Amino acid sequence: MYKIGIDVGGTNTDAILLDHNSQLIYSVKSPTSLDIKTGIEKSLQQLLEGANIDKTKITHAMLGTTQCTNAIVERKKLAKVGVIRLGYPATASVLPYTAWPSDMIDKLSGNYAIAHGGYEYDGQLLSALDQQEITKLLEDWRDQVESIAIVGVFSSIKNDQELQVREWIQEVYGEEFPISCSSLIGSVGLIERENATILNAALCKVIETTTQGFVQALQAEGIFDVEVYLCQNDGTLMSIDYAKQFPILTIACGPTNSIRGASYLSQIQNTMVLDVGGTTSDIGVLQDGFPRESSVAVEVGDIRTNFRMPDIISVGLGGGSIVRVNGDKITVGPDSVGYKISEEALVFGGSTLTTTDIAVRLGLADVGDSTLVAHIDEAFAKAVQEEISSLLEQAIDKMKTSSEDVSLVLVGGGGIIVPEKIRGVSTIVKSEYGGVANAIGASIAQISGQYEQIYIYSKEPREESLKDAQNKAVKQAVLAGALEDTIELVEVEETPLAYHPENATRLKVKVVGKMV
Amino acid sequence: MRYLDQAAIEHIAIGAAFLGTGGGGDPYIGKLMALSAIEKNGPVKLYSVDEIADDDFFIPAAMMGAPSVLVEKFPRGDEFVKVFQKLAQYLGREKIAGTYPMEAGGVNSMIPIVVAAQLGLPLIDCDGMGRAFPELQMVTFHLDGISATPMAITDEKGNIGIFETIDNKWTERIARTATVEMGASSLVSLYPTTGAQIKQSGVHHIVTLSEKIGEIIASKDQEVNDKLQSLLKLADGYELFQGKIVDVIRETKGGFNLGKMNLEGIESYKNDQMKVHFQNENLLAEKNEQVIAMTPDLICLVDYETLLPVTTESLKYGKRVRVIGLPAHEKWRTAKGIETAGPKYFGYEYEYTPIEELVKKEVAEHV
Repeated sequence: MYKIGIDVGGTNTDAILLDHNSQLIYSVKSPTSLDIKTGIEKSLQQLLEGANIDKTKITHAMLGTTQCTNAIVERKKLAKVGVIRLGYPATASVLPYTAWPSDMIDKLSGNYAIAHGGYEYDGQLLSALDQQEITKLLEDWRDQVESIAIVGVFSSIKNDQELQVREWIQEVYGEEFPISCSSLIGSVGLIERENATILNAALCKVIETTTQGFVQALQAEGIFDVEVYLCQNDGTLMSIDYAKQFPILTIACGPTNSIRGASYLSQIQNTMVLDVGGTTSDIGVLQDGFPRESSVAVEVGDIRTNFRMPDIISVGLGGGSIVRVNGDKITVGPDSVGYKISEEALVFGGSTLTTTDIAVRLGLADVGDSTLVAHIDEAFAKAVQEEISSLLEQAIDKMKTSSEDVSLVLVGGGGIIVPEKIRGVSTIVKSEYGGVANAIGASIAQISGQYEQIYIYSKEPREESLKDAQNKAVKQAVLAGALEDTIELVEVEETPLAYHPENATRLKVKVVGKMV
Repeated sequence: MRYLDQAAIEHIAIGAAFLGTGGGGDPYIGKLMALSAIEKNGPVKLYSVDEIADDDFFIPAAMMGAPSVLVEKFPRGDEFVKVFQKLAQYLGREKIAGTYPMEAGGVNSMIPIVVAAQLGLPLIDCDGMGRAFPELQMVTFHLDGISATPMAITDEKGNIGIFETIDNKWTERIARTATVEMGASSLVSLYPTTGAQIKQSGVHHIVTLSEKIGEIIASKDQEVNDKLQSLLKLADGYELFQGKIVDVIRETKGGFNLGKMNLEGIESYKNDQMKVHFQNENLLAEKNEQVIAMTPDLICLVDYETLLPVTTESLKYGKRVRVIGLPAHEKWRTAKGIETAGPKYFGYEYEYTPIEELVKKEVAEHV
């Protein structure tokens, strides 16, 4: 029994094969193709040739992809979205698409309506649905929209209105019509959740081509009877059907996979991960094997959203970062020679002093021609290293949740520039497979569910509230394809509501289980 | 008189959140409301206090309740049209000459701009706090004996209540209960005032001050240290600390979030510690176990690098901040001001001492 993991990045498509003990058997890297399908096919082909295994024993195939992120950033292949906000008379002071870049509104057709509906913070009715209003709207929108986003006020507390409207749309437009419900996507914060839901709705065509491409590529290589999954940005997987409903959850799965892959390679569950590339370094935190989630609003393609994203900090420091001297001050980055490192760095005969040159001078790495950097004063090289160390130290410290030292797992091609000691770090763990950590992360992912609601502890005690939220999260996980008896609670977050007298608390729980 | 355009609103939102001393909510949704309102109705006129007539009548507009509810269920936008009519009728006034903010804060600096745009009324350059506070009687008009009522409270559904209470503390109690029933967030118009009363009891130029603060913070041409110096000069402030949040402890008691955070010094404050006590707003700061600033003086937290205001909702370990202290408006420093919003009112057993003296004392001891 084997598993295939594929990570389609901006530059490379990585593919790896794991055996039933999750041991890495083979890995390949090939350039990402424009249509992604060809790139996946090529990687698969090389992988299967190289590994030389019985194809019929492949049981799972996992794909991590940046297709959805790219579609939003490049404004390409997006569907026309109609937005139905349920909240009237509330919320009319800020309309859907407010503060969106205008080119994006044009791409999505800009259709919206604020209809009757919505709940109060404690689940009481704000206003009742009006079926005629919705039916009329759907008549007006016929042939103008390709996908619909439904966003109800406080739907994260009670979402039956959103589901009802979804049913009405299906009655009029058919079962197959793509519909996104905000309660299943974002958390409290109407504008941000609405934006995320609109983006999700806009991605329905991209996800269709991506998943189809993946399945066809597998079939072209003679792989038929496998469970196919897509990676989400929290380090868990979703089935193809689920992915088609929630394409936005694939955004930023790349850094997540690399964090998870790092954890797997190092066999550490709670650690910080440093992924050093050519231009930037990403730092993320693994908590019980999963990346910590960001707690602030995140912008995707200049649009403010609040769906869950991994908490990642990026610093302008990589293997190609340029080293400069200003008076008696040394600066490192944030600019980099990037992919031109093999021409421009001193060790490769170039004329730009980079962090890699410093690493070679200090004997930390053996790349290029070390005699070309022998002239660099050792004290100076050490001072540069001190600066690198201080940049990393600061970034790492921002990601810490306590002042204790942390362990750090190092992956990525630029890892050679990292000094052996960093303040605030107890140990640094490296792995020889760090370069394909992404694809490894994709292939070992599990399945999750989460739930969020405002509970009033004075009316519904904390224990009961927790239990309720957990049950609802478990349902989500089962829906996504998890085995119910393997599901465990991995995260509980409680935020008390300000200026509210009754101990109301926003409670968020997350559960994770094994694959069916 | 001048007009407030989009850029002005962006700056006011930042500056008011700064003066909100951690409370008053995230300015984002308020800002979107204000920007939408001027896009629809055109820019808003801002009058300085000297430009208004003594006999004219003004009604402030504010949001009451939990900002975390507001981010989900925000107003319809025209709630105040009816409220202003009703209140004017009730008061026997034919004309409302303008509106103004109750407090500086992310949300409540923006609500009156929405109202002014909706009703075509001018905004007056003053408020009733010069900062943010959690209760309705913590207003400079209250300190001068002006009644908060008749007040109107409304929600997006169209419910309107008009209260007359026996004192301003009762206003707070009753309005708070009504707010919870209205869905934990309501819109209020209270402290109806004449031009003369505004001149006598308001905190003047606060909109302009917020705007100037926001302008400095948002400026891209200046180095952070230069920006900070301009900011301190503009607001007569003191940089009290530069540090990293190493601990945030919260507990909920009697409807307010009691919290404290510990900061570890960085840069020139390397070996120092600071503790900031907050409820919804930052109320007390101790540097190396000694009080350095206390309410009603302002304790503002800003991001170390961007100087953007940090609200209490977004405090977390590792965040690098600067702590800035500003003297409160002189009305807060009177006996009644201290009784209403001094350290003891919030349960801290300290005699109020102005920030200037505390800072002077600290510097003297240090030398």
